[in-house]
Amino acid sequence: MHELGITRSIVEIAEENARRQGAQRVLSVTIEIGDLAGVIPDSVAFCYEVCCEGTLLAGSELLIRQVKGKGRCRDCGADIDLDTTTFNCSTCGSYALERLQGEELRVIEMEIE
Amino acid sequence: MCIDCGCGPAEASHHHHDHKHDHDGKTVKIEEDLLAKNNRLAGNNRQLFADKELFVLNLVSSPGSGKTSILERTLSDLKEEICFAVLEGDQQTANDADRIAATGVPALQINTGTGCHLDAHMVGHGVETFDLNATDLLMIENVGNLVCPASFDLGEDFKVAVLSVTEGEDKPLKYPQMFRAAKMMLINKIDLLPHLRFDVEKCKAFARQVNPEITILELSCHSGEGMEAWYTWLRQGVAGKKAAADSKGA
Ligand SMILES: Nc1nc2c(ncn2[C@@H]2O[C@H](COP(=O)(O)OP(=O)(O)OP(=O)(O)O)[C@@H](O)[C@H]2O)c(=O)[nH]1
Ligand SMILES: [Mg+2]
Ligand SMILES: [Zn+2]
Repeated sequence: MHELGITRSIVEIAEENARRQGAQRVLSVTIEIGDLAGVIPDSVAFCYEVCCEGTLLAGSELLIRQVKGKGRCRDCGADIDLDTTTFNCSTCGSYALERLQGEELRVIEMEIE
Repeated sequence: MCIDCGCGPAEASHHHHDHKHDHDGKTVKIEEDLLAKNNRLAGNNRQLFADKELFVLNLVSSPGSGKTSILERTLSDLKEEICFAVLEGDQQTANDADRIAATGVPALQINTGTGCHLDAHMVGHGVETFDLNATDLLMIENVGNLVCPASFDLGEDFKVAVLSVTEGEDKPLKYPQMFRAAKMMLINKIDLLPHLRFDVEKCKAFARQVNPEITILELSCHSGEGMEAWYTWLRQGVAGKKAAADSKGA
């Protein structure tokens, strides 16, 4: 539900960096969204165009890299794949899981001219 | 789904790809966390709260679980002993802040408009209206929503998730992000248990699946049952915060 705010910050961050670079416009922005970040990529993609209107990003393309959730079991040490519905270790059943990857929510890079 | 811009899930997916169209632009690295700004401001708040020896809780729940009711009862029972201040977050109305103000405790309403959560910036300005030197415990009641407030650190010591027994015992599994982020779960409205089929033990087990470390208390702010254990936890938190500040200062 806060995807609109998240998308606005993507545009803000990219535009700020673009100005610093003296860019005329931004052609594309690449972001990373982890599967465990609690943000729906499709909703961000949908909000993007509207949020870009009237900025250096108008008409730009949004590229989303999804990052799979990964974790480690604190009890048996197994590396496991995590999604938002996995709460225990697939090897030993323990609930003591450490998240290693999947909570990313970052602007990676952009293309400017 | 994004209710703010009225988008539906169906038409969205065509935007969503990870191959590049051919542009002749120059690629610039950014590597910036989207929550970095909020996290930085939350860090500032946390520092301020540590300097002021202030214990801070962020109350989260679905709409109507009883956050304001718990606060009203807590303030009435403890206000002679602990100096409180309360920030109330809601999309609209000052109803909750008015209810708190009626107990005689300083309260400020923050209206988030279309926003579905409080953020660190709002809280940083909100507390400017309180005399923090004369405050021991700041309660922040977040917007009723089990999704978004989980991602936004406000600088609090702990999140307290309130779940009322009318909501169903599987809420921790449905909203795992929030129950993972919480230090404490309050199961509220237990006075209603005789009328419901709510399995308290199952609910606790679900919460511990998502968050093995979570502390759980059962209470009713109507009957008062279970409130004393909550007060004990609050007193410990307030004392702990002062002890931490004193040991640093020494
Ligand atoms: N039976 C019973 N009802 C309760 C209890 N606590 C709260 N309620 C009722 O639940 C309703 C909602 O309580 P609020 O305190 O306004 O809930 P809230 O979480 O602050 O609601 P929002 O701020 O709108 O999200 C009110 O009608 C309360 O009287 C309880 O322990 N037992
Ligand atoms: Mg309320
Ligand atoms: Zn294991």
